Amino acid sequence: MDSGWWRPFSKTDPRTPFQERFILRKNSLHDQDNQLDRFIPNRSAMDFNYAHYMLTEGRKGKENPEVITPYQKKLREAVNINDGTRILAFKNKPPTPVELIPREILSPPLQSKLSKPKRSIPQTSERTLDAPDILDDFYLNLLDWGSDNVLSIALENTVYLWNASDSSTSELVTVDEEYGPVTSVSWAPDGRHLAIGLNNSHVQIWDACASKQLRTLKGGHRTRVGSLAWNSHILTTGGMDGKIVNNDVRVRSHIVETYRGHNQEVCGLKWSSSGHQLASGGNDNVVHIWDRSVVSSNSPTNWFHRFEEHTAAVKALAWCPFQGNLLASGGGGGDHCIKLWNTHTGARLNSFDTGSQVCSLLWNKNERELLSSHGFTKNQLTLWKYPSMVKIAELNGHTSRVLYMTQSPDGCTVASAAADETLRFWNVFGNPATAGKAAPKAYNEPFAKFNRIR
Amino acid sequence: MAAKTVTKDIITLRGSAAIVSEFFGYAANSILYNRGVYPEETFVKVKKYGLPMLLTQDEGVKSFITNLTAQLSEWLEAGKLQRIVLVIMSKSTGEVLERWNFSIETDNEVVEKGVSREKSDKEIMREIQAIMRQIASSITYLPCLDEPCVFDVLAYTDTDVAVPFTWVESDPKLIENPQMVKLHSFDTKIHKVDTLVSYKNDEWDEQ
Repeated sequence: MDSGWWRPFSKTDPRTPFQERFILRKNSLHDQDNQLDRFIPNRSAMDFNYAHYMLTEGRKGKENPEVITPYQKKLREAVNINDGTRILAFKNKPPTPVELIPREILSPPLQSKLSKPKRSIPQTSERTLDAPDILDDFYLNLLDWGSDNVLSIALENTVYLWNASDSSTSELVTVDEEYGPVTSVSWAPDGRHLAIGLNNSHVQIWDACASKQLRTLKGGHRTRVGSLAWNSHILTTGGMDGKIVNNDVRVRSHIVETYRGHNQEVCGLKWSSSGHQLASGGNDNVVHIWDRSVVSSNSPTNWFHRFEEHTAAVKALAWCPFQGNLLASGGGGGDHCIKLWNTHTGARLNSFDTGSQVCSLLWNKNERELLSSHGFTKNQLTLWKYPSMVKIAELNGHTSRVLYMTQSPDGCTVASAAADETLRFWNVFGNPATAGKAAPKAYNEPFAKFNRIR
Repeated sequence: MAAKTVTKDIITLRGSAAIVSEFFGYAANSILYNRGVYPEETFVKVKKYGLPMLLTQDEGVKSFITNLTAQLSEWLEAGKLQRIVLVIMSKSTGEVLERWNFSIETDNEVVEKGVSREKSDKEIMREIQAIMRQIASSITYLPCLDEPCVFDVLAYTDTDVAVPFTWVESDPKLIENPQMVKLHSFDTKIHKVDTLVSYKNDEWDEQ
């Protein structure tokens, strides 16, 4: 090694590139133990001939073959000049896809979409009902339309049921002053059992057909329960304490899991249709995705994804019905944004500003569309085309922020309740007649009709 | 120890050309499957790049891609290939709806002097895997292809290439005012492949 330092510099050594030689020389100028930090050129030691060659001749040789800057390249592409390039394609083209069965038969919805010009979306509400004393509180969830076509709505301490089939109204329960007001309602998937979250942290479960209370879940929270979500027999509750509790409603000690991830009130809670992932949104501006398999095997704070991009409370959450891992979330007052997420990878797919507080979101089950409800200034419902997120329609009528939205079981009608104390019905997601194919699905058990005789 | 890793990581021009042309074969299959150009049932699943990949069983498509990749690797070995473009067009109108652009930068020193480079297979595979994943996930943002489609492949070569008997010169089949999304790239240290998909803006859709 040492000998290298003092090896006399040889001009004929072809292997060492210029720069390396240079360093070698620099070091060799000084005592090895006393390396200085300054570079003092030593003219006599420099190879001027070589340097001159590198600066002039060598460079030419290297760069001569037609220098094209990226700009020139772009320019040429733009004006369609492809000198230096030849575009070739096979003479024999690949076989055109043969469709043994015409596409129209294979996928009737597509065909009907092509043939029908455009769905006309009524701009006004189909029907308006009074909802006196509905709480004007962004963090609550006071409206839910069950699979049995009954709508539940909480007005202060009372839960009312409105049967959409015959437009009849009934009062389910009025809770005691010290328990209330009611802060959330949610139908179980069977459309018969209703969960009611209360201000005093209790959750009641009711049999709506028998108008009978079945049980009260206590101990999960210490504060009001503003959000509820069912996943078969699991009732998930979100509290003002930031906790999310999974309750198994069948068993005595009902608390199965507790998810701790939010440090402020949980106001949005939705299970994915597969039941594997839970989305939660909080007043801490965070959206969490909880994966049942991941959570149960690890500590309960272990969320699957954590999205911190919203800049205001997130109540509006909606899982896409035609793409299982697609979640839409909407931010409140200071945020105004709707964001789309791939919940498998955690990637944000889209984000756009709606110009107003997003109070709730619903996907159209029949078309690729997303509906959002808003507050100040227009208090409107806006329909967006997915995935372009082009605004298709704006529905006006409410005169105060549209806090709650829910969808009829056939997916065609949307009910919205706003701080203006009205409940409005919109025929926004299509005509029940054209979506009629969806209706028989409810009776997909072959002998369901026979059971109904008795 | 040192000798062992060296022999493992060396990549030659020929090997690099094979990797790139094979990559294109799989990428083309994946695009045709994911974009629904050919019916789903004509594809079978195989394992490749550590991913389940789909390959067409349609004899016509299969032989088209095989002939194509054979010709591509020839050009790649000569360092004459600048770009490959897979174009998806409407069957009825011939309108170009999507262009999958794979631009290739060749290290000319390797072609001219026949030297080799070093890069591990594993690393290349990982880079390719990332592109394949992106192709599969592209359906989330690309507009729906609602109508029956056909595809074609364009090869951009140097001008001094003799046009093979089975090939003809073509126009670039560009899309006017397209949306573009850049995907990952991979580099064999000899060929660098950049992937980009451009597609027709579908905002006319509902406006």
